[in-house]
Amino acid sequence: MGKTFQRPEALADTTTHYCPGCTHGVAHRLVAEVIDELGIRGRTVGIAPVGCAVLMYNYFTFDFQEAAHGRAPAMATGIKRVRPDLVVFTYQGDGDLASIGLSEIVHAANRGEKFTTIFINNAVYGMTGGQMAPTTMPEQRTTTSPFGRKTDYTGMPIKVAELLAALTTPGYITRQTLISPKYINRSKKAIKKAFQYQLENRCFSLVELISTCPTNWGMTPIDALKWAEDKMLPYFKLGDYKLPEEN
Amino acid sequence: MSKVLMKGNEAIAEAAVRAGCLNYFAYPITPQTEVAEYLAKRLPEVGGVFLQGESEVAVSYMIFGASACGERVLTTSSSPGVSLMSEGISYITAAECPAVFVNIMRGGPGLGGILPSQADYFQSTKGGGHGDYRLLCMAPASVQEAVEMVMQAFGLAEKYRNPVMILGDGLIGQMMEPVEFPEKFKAKPSNKDDWATNGMDTRKSNKRNLVKTLYLNPEELNAHNLKLKAKYDRMEREETRFESYNMEGDYTALIVSYGTMSRVCRTAIDILKADGLEVGMLRPQSLFPFPVKAIYEAAAKQSCEVVFSIEMSMGQMMEDVERSVCGLRPVHWYGKCGGEVPTPEEVMDVVRSIVK
Amino acid sequence: MAYEHNIDTDGCKGCGLCVSVCPKNVLEISNQVNVKGYFPAYQARPEDCIFCAICCTMCPDVAITISEIEEEAAAQKQTEDQDE
Repeated sequence: MGKTFQRPEALADTTTHYCPGCTHGVAHRLVAEVIDELGIRGRTVGIAPVGCAVLMYNYFTFDFQEAAHGRAPAMATGIKRVRPDLVVFTYQGDGDLASIGLSEIVHAANRGEKFTTIFINNAVYGMTGGQMAPTTMPEQRTTTSPFGRKTDYTGMPIKVAELLAALTTPGYITRQTLISPKYINRSKKAIKKAFQYQLENRCFSLVELISTCPTNWGMTPIDALKWAEDKMLPYFKLGDYKLPEEN
Repeated sequence: MSKVLMKGNEAIAEAAVRAGCLNYFAYPITPQTEVAEYLAKRLPEVGGVFLQGESEVAVSYMIFGASACGERVLTTSSSPGVSLMSEGISYITAAECPAVFVNIMRGGPGLGGILPSQADYFQSTKGGGHGDYRLLCMAPASVQEAVEMVMQAFGLAEKYRNPVMILGDGLIGQMMEPVEFPEKFKAKPSNKDDWATNGMDTRKSNKRNLVKTLYLNPEELNAHNLKLKAKYDRMEREETRFESYNMEGDYTALIVSYGTMSRVCRTAIDILKADGLEVGMLRPQSLFPFPVKAIYEAAAKQSCEVVFSIEMSMGQMMEDVERSVCGLRPVHWYGKCGGEVPTPEEVMDVVRSIVK
Repeated sequence: MAYEHNIDTDGCKGCGLCVSVCPKNVLEISNQVNVKGYFPAYQARPEDCIFCAICCTMCPDVAITISEIEEEAAAQKQTEDQDE
């Protein structure tokens, strides 16, 4: 029994600036593994967000563009329309995708732009030091909701997968999580499926990944996995919300 | 080549196609929407890409993405829409990507009006977005000139790896004039493998390209800004353009005016000349770089007593005229900012009121 | 087929996630600080490792790798580990 495990070629051989236990590292690796397995490194263009992953271009070994906050889906649209042969993906966090960039992702999904989005949902703004996000849970304390998020003041957390699945344009919209090896393996399958749909020129694809932010949640990495499981998964339910075959 | 009677907006659209730009992203806004409507039909004819984005914000980033992967792109908008694009323009300039923007100016500020203005001068030449950046900014005064400037803009954008802004106004966009599309202005092919994210396979290379604007290291950011500045300095040396009118002999007053306003001034100058008053006009065709030296020399003519900055803004260009004249002569502003274009009579009245 | 389990001591950030998921309780956090100031993970009971790669899957830093090696080399390494 046993198997080998190596750093994928698409992932740069360097340490990252991410906090210990931050699941960005896992998400990055899964994307790199999928790109290696599909043999598409030479024609992939990644688009980095503004957020903790702003420097993600340092961690991959293929073409990358850096977007302004929230605008990655618009940049991806620009690339994909003029160079449909390139494989294009955006990688965005809560602020980037669900706050400032909500219009861009909704319209890209609605137009059925044939790129892939990896959406990291960790219920907080990490890079800027832990402010409230549209995905912050009710009563969750953040630096801009120090008494806990009050839903009668700021509403309920936004469910991006459900929101995008409500659009009638065909797409692949799924929510997965990185909180355990079992779920990580499922996430990888979802990411691979998303890129495969793009290779078929089939539809827009988005993989929402429930992730942790130990530093800004104020807990250890192991406790953060538990918090995500206990508090986030009951609300942000996992599963496929839309498959292109349905339409 | 025979001339065709075309509306300014449509001629600008066709000019892009003739120059070799087949990719257009835009959002409707009066008074330039005809560009989008024309290209929506024309680009499919030539195998190009037309996409109406959801907002000017989104459009400016579609432009960025498409340009950064090495393709020629155009967008057009009008004043409030250009404000929305300002962030994107700052990013595109910082990333040193070529792109062509056309602003068909309308009344402002705010929602303003839908009639012509020249009130985006600051926005275009002093930067509407953040940070140290400049746009190569050209201002046509006729539909033909707009065609030629748009056609040349693609090559210029690639020469400098910088966005180029063509500053028109609602009158140029809406009026119809005879135009032709000279072959000599068609953009030459250019290889962008050095920097564009067009895919490693496309470049047959194992080295990846990165288009970014973040420089957390202050020395790197300073060096980057110096590099950009060197480009702007080169623009000043090589791309300053202007036209002189009635400046061969002596003149008592000098008018500085651009775009649509300059045509009215020309008529005013002709009538004043017949009346015995000589007025010269220096018409900037490039607003950045501004023809500082040419204006100084024109103002320094012994016979010249006074300089006028005549524009459809509250004096945005006047600051550059004053800077150019350098205190040598008094500088007076005249303009209207509600959307009406001043008449030749109004211009003549202003000149006569100052020049006795 | 034999395998070798390797932890990049200086790349590990000591987050402890691998320790929490190892089905054979092989891993622990070391008390020797690494060059970055973290206390990295290490194999406390390497002989129990079944090379399932669950730790690799969980690790956010690709600090753990598993390589194929020849049988003799694996046996040699086992002897060396026991001597330490």
